[in-house]
Amino acid sequence: MSMTDIPAAEAPVWHHRSFAGRLALYAGWLGLVALFVWCWNLMTERTMWVFVHDAPKAAADLVSRAWPPRWSYMDRLWGPLWDTINIATLGTLLGIVIAVPLAILAATNTTPSRLFLRPLALFCIVASRSINSLIWALLLVSILGPGILAGILAIGFRSVGFIGKLLYEAIEETDAQQIEAITATGATKAQILSYGIVPQVLPTFYGISVFRWDINIRESAILGLVGAGGIGAQLNASLNVLAWPQVTLIMLVILATVVVSEWVSARVRHAII
Amino acid sequence: MTAADYPTRWKRPPQLIKSRFWSYALAIGAIVYLVLAVGTVEVNWQRVMIGMERGQRFVAGFLQPDFTTRWRDISQGLIESLTMTLTSTVVGVLISIPIGIGAARNLAPAWVYAICRGIIAVSRALQEIIVAIFFVALFGFGAFAGFLTLTFATIGFIGKLLAEDIEDIDESQAEAIRATGASWLQLVNYAVQPQVMPRLIGLSLYRLDINFRESAVIGIVGAGGIGGTLNTALNRYEYDSAGAILIIIIAIVMLSEYSSSHLRRWVQ
Amino acid sequence: MLSVENLTKVYRTGDKALTDVSFTVPRGQVVGLIGPSGAGKSTLIRCVNRLVEPSAGSVRLNDLDITRLRSGDLRRARRRIGMIFQEYALVERLTVMENVLSGRLGYVPFWRSFTRRFPPADIAKAFRLLDRVGLSAHADKRADALSGGQRQRVGIARALEQDPDLLLVDEPTASLDPKTSRQIMRLIVEICRESGLPAIINIHDVVLAQQFADRIIGLQAGRVVFDGPPAGLTEEVLTRIYGEEDWTAMRQAAAEDEAAEAEQRDEAKKMMRAL
Repeated sequence: MSMTDIPAAEAPVWHHRSFAGRLALYAGWLGLVALFVWCWNLMTERTMWVFVHDAPKAAADLVSRAWPPRWSYMDRLWGPLWDTINIATLGTLLGIVIAVPLAILAATNTTPSRLFLRPLALFCIVASRSINSLIWALLLVSILGPGILAGILAIGFRSVGFIGKLLYEAIEETDAQQIEAITATGATKAQILSYGIVPQVLPTFYGISVFRWDINIRESAILGLVGAGGIGAQLNASLNVLAWPQVTLIMLVILATVVVSEWVSARVRHAII
Repeated sequence: MTAADYPTRWKRPPQLIKSRFWSYALAIGAIVYLVLAVGTVEVNWQRVMIGMERGQRFVAGFLQPDFTTRWRDISQGLIESLTMTLTSTVVGVLISIPIGIGAARNLAPAWVYAICRGIIAVSRALQEIIVAIFFVALFGFGAFAGFLTLTFATIGFIGKLLAEDIEDIDESQAEAIRATGASWLQLVNYAVQPQVMPRLIGLSLYRLDINFRESAVIGIVGAGGIGGTLNTALNRYEYDSAGAILIIIIAIVMLSEYSSSHLRRWVQ
Repeated sequence: MLSVENLTKVYRTGDKALTDVSFTVPRGQVVGLIGPSGAGKSTLIRCVNRLVEPSAGSVRLNDLDITRLRSGDLRRARRRIGMIFQEYALVERLTVMENVLSGRLGYVPFWRSFTRRFPPADIAKAFRLLDRVGLSAHADKRADALSGGQRQRVGIARALEQDPDLLLVDEPTASLDPKTSRQIMRLIVEICRESGLPAIINIHDVVLAQQFADRIIGLQAGRVVFDGPPAGLTEEVLTRIYGEEDWTAMRQAAAEDEAAEAEQRDEAKKMMRAL
């Protein structure tokens, strides 16, 4: 209804509701403030304020001890760095291998069974997405023992949800007419998939995969903290012995890797799309 | 022309990489890389065999979670996670508003723009976990370090998206307000705020969601929250408690994702 | 020969799209299917190759009851029924050649179609058809690089690549300008005449239908209300199909179209003279 359609008699009612709305808005803000204060108190119940007061001094102390970075330590970082990149790449590949069939099962227009397989696939995707790769790593290290394998599996399992969700949404957004036309030629299910759907989602699929690889490089850099191999393991070891100059160097290496991987992923995505 | 005159062979022209040399070089490079990379994976099969048994225990623990034995630890971790999620989102959003405005090219002078973009870049480049390690080193173990970590991460996230939103506003509206002789603050209040407010609320809700997920992780390095509890449970091989914690995390993440997407739709 | 008997379609929502539709199409006949939007034209031709599942009645193509076929046999039946679509429905990111070859999907095993290694005879046929529709120079272009008229020609080639016994054509000209529309209709009808191919052309443009079809079937709210030669389409019949008001509007639109085309022709003649 446009403004002019409102009869004059209804106008005061509209005013009144706006007033109530404003009241609700203020009440909402007040509630938020109260909630914040309450949460703040709960959270800081066990905080040692002595440490907080000391923090500036501690920070200055930390910086003076962490600088300059210990460049000679770089010799021991090339191996773990290579591992980190492998964890991210192999993990992404593993994620893709699992996610593609899941996405096909989860998309409404390709699923063979809406009642049974689709909810199952959706559950796998959601479960994978809710668990951070570090938690996956924690679990897998506890089961498989420390090492790069646990890292690859952790990255792979986390990527399944990400790639699976974006891919099945892309499959659902395909043009139904193109698929209908392929169906009308008498094509089998597999042929409909390879001629009607794959060409339509392929660019999106490449984009998603490279994007996830970029994220995985960041994530695999820290997986070593819980024992899943890569440069994070070196970080953990240095932190444990409080070797701050080494920590600084590792941070710089991680930062550089992240910047490079972001650049690579941007270039590749640009080339594909 | 008769049928015999037409070619009987057809090859699909290459779509992505036109040069034959490069397509072969890339394929060979990929294979060599894969062989090398897979070669670095060392599997200690004995350890895996022992692990399989543990894996079974974990699956059993996940299917029959134990909420009661460690309930005190779990509830403590959960309260820390939830409170730190909320407080860090509120504080993070409040700080990121001025930074976001400062990082918008159409509102801020060049030097402010450079500083604010710098803050955002640093916040985005550093992983939450790494930031958490530092804050734990500075402020001691506990939820306060976690709160600071999440606040710091929120600033980069909201600041960047807010700045992009402000840069995308309809210039003619700002022009009109400027033409009335409004001050800079009035300009922000009348021309910018109405246009970006719904998006800002949406982004804040989205970040609330992300902050909870992250709060479940940073506990692993000692920054409080449910992640710490999970880490302890796994270190003690108490898979039934760990299963319970994971189920709680998945449930809260699903719930928050569902409700935040609904809230966002309602707000926008 | 195609025969449709008592075909009825009720959608799950309860909407009755088709009621008791019966007709037969002999070899080489081009049938124009007309009617207002929502009359069930599109549903009717999709019931023939069961892209839409009919609720009752039968569809027989050369004595094969299509409505009773199970999935494997249905695919084998579908490959003998070529279909041409309103918005071309080409797979846009594939090349023109791949689109034409996709007409062979029902005949080749999966590995051949996946690796794009179609039998030599199929490839020669595809080149011949592309030549026939005037696109032999465009075989390696991507489908989304073509104009509307060119895309519809690829759609025609794809349908013919199937070696069809019947052509189903769904609003072939709806997305095209008047001149291209005429060219495409002429091409379809010519091809049908060449090989004695029967066709059902679902078309909203009465003037085009009258000009190109051998026979007209008029649908109104899912029922056949006219079946006869194009000359039988009197004003009274059209009113029965489209209703009074619609008909007047359409007459005007058609007249305008024709006037515009005549004007174009005059313009072209003038240009020719000027040259």
